[in-house]
Amino acid sequence: MNAHGFAHKYGNNVDTDVIIPARYLNTADHKELASHCMEDIDKEFVNKVKQGDIMIGGANFGCGSSREHAPIAIKESGIACVIAKSFARIFYRNSINIGLAILECPEASEGIADGDEVKIDFDNGVITNVTSGKEFKAQPFPPFIKEIIAKNGLLNSIKN
Amino acid sequence: MGMTMTQKILAHGAGLEKVEAGQLIRTKLSLVLGNDITTPVAINEFNKVGFDGVFDNKKIAMVMDHFVPNKDIKAAEQTKQCRMFAGKYDIENYFDVGDMGIEHALLPEKGLVVPGDIVIGADSHTCTYGALGAFSTGVGSTDMAAGMATGEAWFKVPSAIKFELKGELKPLVSGKDVILYIIGKIGVDGALYKSMEFTGEGLKSLSIDDRLCMANMAIEAGAKNGIFDVDEITLKYVNERKQHDYKVFKADDDAEYDEVIEIDLSKINSTVACPHLPENTKDATELSDIKVDQVVIGSCTNGRYSDLKAAAELLKGKHIAKGIRCIVIPATQTIYKQAIKDGFIDIFIDAGCAVSTPTCGPCLGGYMGILAENEVALATTNRNFVGRMGHVTSKIYLASPEVAAATAINGYITDPKSL
Repeated sequence: MNAHGFAHKYGNNVDTDVIIPARYLNTADHKELASHCMEDIDKEFVNKVKQGDIMIGGANFGCGSSREHAPIAIKESGIACVIAKSFARIFYRNSINIGLAILECPEASEGIADGDEVKIDFDNGVITNVTSGKEFKAQPFPPFIKEIIAKNGLLNSIKN
Repeated sequence: MGMTMTQKILAHGAGLEKVEAGQLIRTKLSLVLGNDITTPVAINEFNKVGFDGVFDNKKIAMVMDHFVPNKDIKAAEQTKQCRMFAGKYDIENYFDVGDMGIEHALLPEKGLVVPGDIVIGADSHTCTYGALGAFSTGVGSTDMAAGMATGEAWFKVPSAIKFELKGELKPLVSGKDVILYIIGKIGVDGALYKSMEFTGEGLKSLSIDDRLCMANMAIEAGAKNGIFDVDEITLKYVNERKQHDYKVFKADDDAEYDEVIEIDLSKINSTVACPHLPENTKDATELSDIKVDQVVIGSCTNGRYSDLKAAAELLKGKHIAKGIRCIVIPATQTIYKQAIKDGFIDIFIDAGCAVSTPTCGPCLGGYMGILAENEVALATTNRNFVGRMGHVTSKIYLASPEVAAATAINGYITDPKSL
């Protein structure tokens, strides 16, 4: 599995209220949620994002509410992977459960600028900043989590 | 090496002799919780995968509290979806308009959570029940769906930070000040992936409401759970309402902690978290130049009886400042009724406050008190993120009910001692 796109970069403590404000939580429709993704931190995000792009965050990405609407909105907006210094635990768990790829990699979080072209080789955990030519190695998932992803999410892994 | 309190509960739930930090385990669940926002997503996933039943209709709780009584047509549709699912699967603990309350005030009050329980909830403040010596943590809707189907969940066993509490709280200082002080000290990711375990002789000066408030905000330090040693105060509360048996777990004497932090309760002042993170704390006395447009007293953090009592005692015979709006929201119907009986609601209305039926409403910018451009709120809620309570330029200060009442009276942030 690979990803190839452009970086949308944000800072530390990006919370789920700015990823998808609660005023839009009166729906569970993925497309409608995605149309408001990042609205309170970056109004232009939904116009800029292209299928396959990469989101970069700092420390504690996805802190706050347990709303699964947050990783759903990011995934549905076209983002192929979120890379951050660290993730808040519920967001981390939710992303794995719904099949949004996320990578914890402090070096990549710092070494990728907004708008940089990025390639990800998930099998080997290698992140390449095509713009600067730098390569980063991400933390691999533990086997237990790899299995959930391989079975296409938590519910399918249980059902099977 | 011994186990922490959390590790002992998880080991028991997983049927294991021993667990250690970092280990991946699968445990049985005592209760699976969802609300009107997170449950519809769980139901959609539950149906998509095609489960044909729930693991136990008595061990699932659904509380319609976030946008309920319904704020608009879409919210009404979401509640209806939950109501129909609850009817189909005969969910015993389904709470709707009339008997619902804010979930994390309601479930402990109803005796649905007791010491030793393992609870997951599709709401980040599910960590509240740690106040009763239970392991409880927030998850997403997919985990809720899996929990409803199987009665189990997977966890990575957390390490812990131990908070050794000593001394006694000063007058007009409460659990909210303690937890804001702690988050100010360790930061919003200071306990990321970890347990916060509260122990020590200082517990004696913390009421159940203080503890519920503190455990509630463990998530604001990034923690997986916050948990309190079970003592006589816990058992008195639990024995008056428990709906199933409890089991008390204590940390081993040789349990390993990442860190031990000593907190002297007698040194803590009225504390306020400034925009836009709960870690931006200052003493209330330093913020008297901040004018406030709206005060909110309520939420799963501070909408309990003792919170309303503290606010009523300060507001009695007074009127809130000209130009300020103050909204008071009792967290459950039982709390609301007791507040009526004890005259608190008269005090609030005579003081110029609006009083509402239980709802999470304004805390997450849902409804019932949305902020306009550049407005400033001081709230007893739990998050002051950008745009959390309304317009993206509005600002939120988090504080105790005591500070909130004093601030409503003066119109600017006020230490209740100075009244």
